[in-house]
Amino acid sequence: MNVLKTLAIAAAGLVLSFGAAQAEGQKTAKDISYSFEWPFGHFDREQLQRGYKVYKEVCSNCHAMHQMSFRNLSQPGGPEFSDEQVKALAAGYQVQDGPNETGDMFERPGLPSDRFPSPFPNEQASRAANGGAYPPDLSLITKSRPGWYGTINQLINGIGGPQYVYSVLTGYTPDDQLTEELKKEQPEGKYHNPYFANGHWIGMPPPLSDGAVTFDDGTPSTVDQMARDVSAFLAWTAEPKMEQRKRTGFMVMIFLGILASLLYLVKKKVWADVH
Amino acid sequence: MSGHASNYQPKSAFAKWFHERLPIMDMVQGQVLDFPTPKNLNYFWTFGGILAVMLLIQIVTGVVLAMHYTPHVDMAFDSVEHIMRDVNSGWMLRYMHANGASMFFIAVYIHMFRGMYYGSYKAPREVLWMIGVLIYLIMMATAFMGYVLPWGQMSFWGAKVITNLFSAIPFFGDSITTLLWGGYSVDNPTLNRFFSLHYLLPFVLAGLVILHIWALHVVGNNNPTGVSVKSAQDTIPFSPYYTVKDAFAIVVFLMFYAAWVFFSPNYLGHAINYQEANPLVTPAHIVPEWYYLPFYAILRAIPDKLGGVIAMFGSILILFALPWLDTSKVRSGNYRPIFKQFFWLFVINCIILGFAGSGAPDNYFLSHEAANPDKWALTYKLVGQICTAYYFLHFLVILPLLGLLETPKPLPASISDAVLARSNPSTAHVPAE
Amino acid sequence: MSTAEHAETNRRDFLYIATGAVGAVGVALAAWPFINQMNPDASVLALASVEIDLAPVAEGQEITIKWRGNPVFIRHRLAAEIEAASKVALTDLKDPLARNANLPDADPATGENRVVGGKEQFLVMMGVCTHLGCVPIGNEGEFAVVEGNTKHGGWFCPCHGSQYDTAGRIRKGPAPENLHIPQYAYLSDTKIRIG
Repeated sequence: MNVLKTLAIAAAGLVLSFGAAQAEGQKTAKDISYSFEWPFGHFDREQLQRGYKVYKEVCSNCHAMHQMSFRNLSQPGGPEFSDEQVKALAAGYQVQDGPNETGDMFERPGLPSDRFPSPFPNEQASRAANGGAYPPDLSLITKSRPGWYGTINQLINGIGGPQYVYSVLTGYTPDDQLTEELKKEQPEGKYHNPYFANGHWIGMPPPLSDGAVTFDDGTPSTVDQMARDVSAFLAWTAEPKMEQRKRTGFMVMIFLGILASLLYLVKKKVWADVH
Repeated sequence: MSGHASNYQPKSAFAKWFHERLPIMDMVQGQVLDFPTPKNLNYFWTFGGILAVMLLIQIVTGVVLAMHYTPHVDMAFDSVEHIMRDVNSGWMLRYMHANGASMFFIAVYIHMFRGMYYGSYKAPREVLWMIGVLIYLIMMATAFMGYVLPWGQMSFWGAKVITNLFSAIPFFGDSITTLLWGGYSVDNPTLNRFFSLHYLLPFVLAGLVILHIWALHVVGNNNPTGVSVKSAQDTIPFSPYYTVKDAFAIVVFLMFYAAWVFFSPNYLGHAINYQEANPLVTPAHIVPEWYYLPFYAILRAIPDKLGGVIAMFGSILILFALPWLDTSKVRSGNYRPIFKQFFWLFVINCIILGFAGSGAPDNYFLSHEAANPDKWALTYKLVGQICTAYYFLHFLVILPLLGLLETPKPLPASISDAVLARSNPSTAHVPAE
Repeated sequence: MSTAEHAETNRRDFLYIATGAVGAVGVALAAWPFINQMNPDASVLALASVEIDLAPVAEGQEITIKWRGNPVFIRHRLAAEIEAASKVALTDLKDPLARNANLPDADPATGENRVVGGKEQFLVMMGVCTHLGCVPIGNEGEFAVVEGNTKHGGWFCPCHGSQYDTAGRIRKGPAPENLHIPQYAYLSDTKIRIG
């Protein structure tokens, strides 16, 4: 039974997988599992806190995340830093504010209500500093980049956004392992990454290396661990109300189930005398 | 509304006073509570009520979302994210509205196919059917403009492609698209007017729904036998029988809806729409929402620009002529053995058209591995062309001919007879002479 | 009616009532998010406090800042204004309560109770007339301190003619209450946080 079902799903997924375009030669993301999958899944607070650290110390040097504010870091359903931690984190940044009485912009320490500061003032500046490539805003990256395709596949496994991020972060081919053919093809300043959605040459140098950050909870910071944590963090920034959504949904389904059963009984009774 | 005299008797002095000035309770009693309804309606008939509820949900969630949304190209995308992140329950309201559109279309397609199967468009219900087709057309326009509002990549490029359809019109095409855009491309004026129209059209829809129900109450419900109501025995009052049946069906449908909203809210949308619109970069693959896919396939099936546009609009407009294209006097597909086969073929054809519309035209429909030009292979475009041809064949050839060639099964003498025969097969009636 | 029929009727009635009740609860629960969405959202709540440096505000000067969408008057009062305010007998006041969010509700509207931390030179209050919400004009009205041709302190609301004294207390006109004093605290000698 299960074999048949799997086969049917696989076949359907295969047939339907051409609906959405997968860039030529793009590899399907590695299907690692996360704590927040499935209707009862929720985020792992420690993982999100570690992920934030990776984002802050590595990603945020080039990538903006302008939908997020520091205050979000302490809200329920996220990394749930304490209010004091968030205040301290925010105060660690200088934020432009103003104009003041004399009409000048000024810098002040960040507040929890401030958005995450962007590393570049605009897209042009960002491209200029990154060899023409534009590091996208990461707020919604796991909702806008599918890791795999297929009508049925995505219905069951989701779009695989976090897995896509994980796969890109861990999927670089080191330059010295490139085949001769690829080496000839390699554009200046690009790196080979078969998981990258926009062709397999990516402008971002491999961002993670073992020990790049030091986790406060003592978790060893291997590339794999950091990629898992930061992709989980990005899943949260893309859908910060996920836990609330699932919890509400669970109650709504139970409620509607009870109401439907009652209505079914009423319907039976009312219709009993119709011939 | 006309036809049915009501038994409404005002019970209190105030009710009497009010009744003499506005006989609305009289109408409620006659048109809602006591309205004589065939007693054999199956669950496919509950989709009318489900659609009314969906329209209401879309209007209420939409009005509420408009309190937080900003229709400006610089702020639209961020204001939607603001709704998702900051507004109290905003994520739920937005997911209800976005998935509500899909649910609305699921229900409307079931409602339409039910009408087609049971011949609900045939005399005397032609006007009822045509109002329905008009409602469907306006629904499509409303949903399209709503999809533009979040100002994601697919919003923008969908808007650009669909508005460009009008440029196919000879002589006036370019002026019309410029007029629609309020500029030389989809831009802020376009977004702003789409927001205004997206807010307006649902109320137009509500008005048309009232006309639709009015027309329904003039001629009365069709029913699964397709046999007209002959005596009071064939009917039961709408309330409580159909109020509870509809209520049950509505709640079951809401469960289906809630499952999407709470557990897979983005599945029916496009991932790329979470990337803000960029007028300089077209996404690799533009696809409309699933409910437009069959029509998108028809559009792409014709290699000529104007031809494709005509075929696409024609495929919807042809529904207006359906009451006269179907020449059979028998309404219900239950008594038309050959029509029944063709009906299901038509449904399957529409579904395949949907898949054909979802793929890049030159990709292969059947197998990835078939991407070998020497071998026989089925591209999305080819499948779309075959199915488009069949779509029109169904309406223009099959339906007119079937009515003339097919021998229907004997019809039951009345609705009551059919109901009795089903609940008690041993005493099945020989149809009256 | 036999007992069996009776029991049957009861069971049926119970079912109908239970279904109706569950349905009604459902509608009420579903209505809440649609109402609650109008309450201030998370980004509005996050901006609930502002910090102001008082050092640049010279004696006799007044600045207006925006807090929660409303003007807040911050006035560095002259000694004459403070004196004028403290001389007023409580019985002469139209509204005898301090209306100071930093004090208990019942405290009287003495000059001292209209400020925080005894720093009487700085009067911080909402620039919202308690009549119908207009912004009163400063250095105006019958209750300002007059020195030659200039008036110091005192507020006059142009909409309906309410007059406030040098401590922002209502003295004349239709407004029912003294100008409200928002919650604020001194972070340092010259720095306050409102909210």
